[in-house]
Amino acid sequence: MSVLFYIFSAVMLVFGLMVVLNRNPVSSALSLVVSFLGLAALFITLNAYFIGVIQVLVYTGAVMVLFIFIIMLLDIKKEQRRDLNYVAMGGGIIVVLALISQLAILLGDFVPGNQQLATLPEGSAVHQDVKLVGEAVFTDFNFHLQLLGILLLVATVGVVVLSRRQGRADRSQQ
Amino acid sequence: MPTLNEYLMVSGLLFAIGFAGVLMRRNIIIIFMCLEMMLSAANLTLVAFWRFGGGNGMPADGYEAQVLVFFVIAVAAAEVAVGLAIIVALFRARCTVHVEDLNSMKG
Repeated sequence: MSVLFYIFSAVMLVFGLMVVLNRNPVSSALSLVVSFLGLAALFITLNAYFIGVIQVLVYTGAVMVLFIFIIMLLDIKKEQRRDLNYVAMGGGIIVVLALISQLAILLGDFVPGNQQLATLPEGSAVHQDVKLVGEAVFTDFNFHLQLLGILLLVATVGVVVLSRRQGRADRSQQ
Repeated sequence: MPTLNEYLMVSGLLFAIGFAGVLMRRNIIIIFMCLEMMLSAANLTLVAFWRFGGGNGMPADGYEAQVLVFFVIAVAAAEVAVGLAIIVALFRARCTVHVEDLNSMKG
């Protein structure tokens, strides 16, 4: 269990770094797919099976396919070697190191964080987590689910409007 | 067994990598992918706090945390669709995805 946690978090972080370091956008997108698979495995080590499955289905399945589709569609050539923006590089590294050290200091003093993951007892309700999350979504959070449906509809309409060619709309009006 | 702090640190590192990507990369599609990475890191924090919420390494009673993560993932999917449509429209107008070429709003 502990070994699996370290393996999957290493996979997630290494491929996450590859996203930032790769020059080719397609390799970046494929690295992000592997990184998200590692993240889904971490969700499953936390007994959140439903979220793990949703992460694979929605992120690595739908969202990343959309990304790769757009990268192919726009036919982006390998980024030309431009001069690196040293201000952005230096600023980025300093800000990120500050963030990580701040987090490490904060977690060092966080006593409840030292508890170890306990194995769930046999027949624990958490093992039926798809059923329980589904019940919560469709009863207590039913209104929010319907709002989400409206949001997805609005997003779909917005995407269609945004990706319509401007020129053709003008011509049909004349 | 891994502790809560280890999960929080891993999630913080993933967030930091995504943040570094947003600050350092110049390709708008990669910036957008790094934003997704930061969003997922926040989800990992939320699920980790749920799993350790009952004390002694046991999960919290309710399932509100997982419902919230579910809604976050759904909203993120909608956001990706709209964002990529904006990037496609931008590419049609300017023929570039390099953020330093997109400076027409610069004063």
